[in-house]
Amino acid sequence: MTLPAPAIAIRRLCKSYGQTEVLHGIDLEIARGATTCLIGPSGSGKSTLLRCIAFLEEATSGTILVNGQPLGFEEQADGRRRRLPQARIREVRSGIGMVFQQFNLWPHMTALGNVTEALVTVQGLSRREAGERGMAQLRRVGLEARARHYPSELSGGQQQRVAIARALALEPKILLFDEPTASLDPELTGEVLNVMRDLGDEGMTMVVVTHEIGFAATVGQRIVFLDHGRVLLNGPPAELFAPPRHPRLTQFLETYLDRGAAMLLKPA
Amino acid sequence: MTARLFELMLKAAGYTVVISVASIGIGLLVGILVCAAKLSPRPWLRWPAGVFVSFFRGVPLLVQLLLIYNLLPAVGIVVPSVVAALVGLSLCTAAYQAENLRGGFASVPRGLLEAADMAGLSPWQQFRRIRAPIALRLTVPALVNEAILILKASSLVSVVGVIELTRTAQNLAASTYEPLLFYSVAGGLYLAINWIVAGGGALAERGLRRGRLA
Repeated sequence: MTLPAPAIAIRRLCKSYGQTEVLHGIDLEIARGATTCLIGPSGSGKSTLLRCIAFLEEATSGTILVNGQPLGFEEQADGRRRRLPQARIREVRSGIGMVFQQFNLWPHMTALGNVTEALVTVQGLSRREAGERGMAQLRRVGLEARARHYPSELSGGQQQRVAIARALALEPKILLFDEPTASLDPELTGEVLNVMRDLGDEGMTMVVVTHEIGFAATVGQRIVFLDHGRVLLNGPPAELFAPPRHPRLTQFLETYLDRGAAMLLKPA
Repeated sequence: MTARLFELMLKAAGYTVVISVASIGIGLLVGILVCAAKLSPRPWLRWPAGVFVSFFRGVPLLVQLLLIYNLLPAVGIVVPSVVAALVGLSLCTAAYQAENLRGGFASVPRGLLEAADMAGLSPWQQFRRIRAPIALRLTVPALVNEAILILKASSLVSVVGVIELTRTAQNLAASTYEPLLFYSVAGGLYLAINWIVAGGGALAERGLRRGRLA
């Protein structure tokens, strides 16, 4: 029996900015149909890693396979990397959706306009068909009634849910979340995390960079703990968070007591 | 001042509006091209656009008008003076509008384009659907400002023999010996026109408010 191919396979990935290397040879496989949470201190490279998976940053070396296809660069027989043509990059990337910390909704379009933009412009759907699909996605995140609102007229939580609907409308196989609740007021994080929890229950493959330790521990099927640009720990939350814990992880959790880490640290 | 003379002043004001609106319109189109050239990765487009902007921003409009007025016939192009005036005004405002637009494009947050990248929009689709609409919205206040400046600067085209509002006031002041009266009327008419332009700009900004950067 062969194991199912991972959704994302990362090999020896390095990323430098000038002289500073921020990712030191990451090896990581992201399982299909599961929620993987990337956690770690600021500057540990988790957002950079996620942005490399989205090809918003180009890794300095190493390879990334997305749904079995090389993303951006292809390893040749002699071991050197070759940049793939733009059309191939766009094709592989069409299987990935991304949700940003700053939402990044297009301000001159309504919520529905944001969700349908690529359906019309990229996929060539008719306005009517795109509108129906867009409304279905807005319904999924509970914002059907806000379809005609502009981003400036929505709360942060609502904007982020529209951004999730926008990503979902393109039917990606993988959804990446880059600190999706980090710029939200605490009372608005719940509505976004609930939408993400539902997506996880539906079997969406998700990679979530987050500081919401409580969310990671309860929704994440796999926790990847990054430290100084390396994968320090990688395992199911029950294993990672249970004592005896890695001292670096304990130290990290102690700084996030207010984000749901307290319950992980209290003696059983 | 008789009603007939006031009618002459009104007509001249209309002429000023036509010249200014035409210049601003042509200037916007040329400005978009110049801005696109300045943002281009190709140096052979960027470089001439830079020269264009620094010339038309750096040389006084009055000198530009006199240059163009005398240059065109010198190279064998004989045109009515109003055309020379339009060319001068349009090119001058094009340089400023190109810079305003470039500021608008520079202010489009990078994240919005990353979102467009992830949605699969090609560079041209991103320009057409995301960058240009947002940059234009950001440029509206500067565009209104520029329109008012050009309306006032259009008084300079009288030096190349175009009989617009300022020139008409001069002529009437000279023939009636009532300079104060005619220059006051001219000033009042400029003020009224610009008040309307500013009001229109405020309306436009209000209409675009819903789609502003959140």
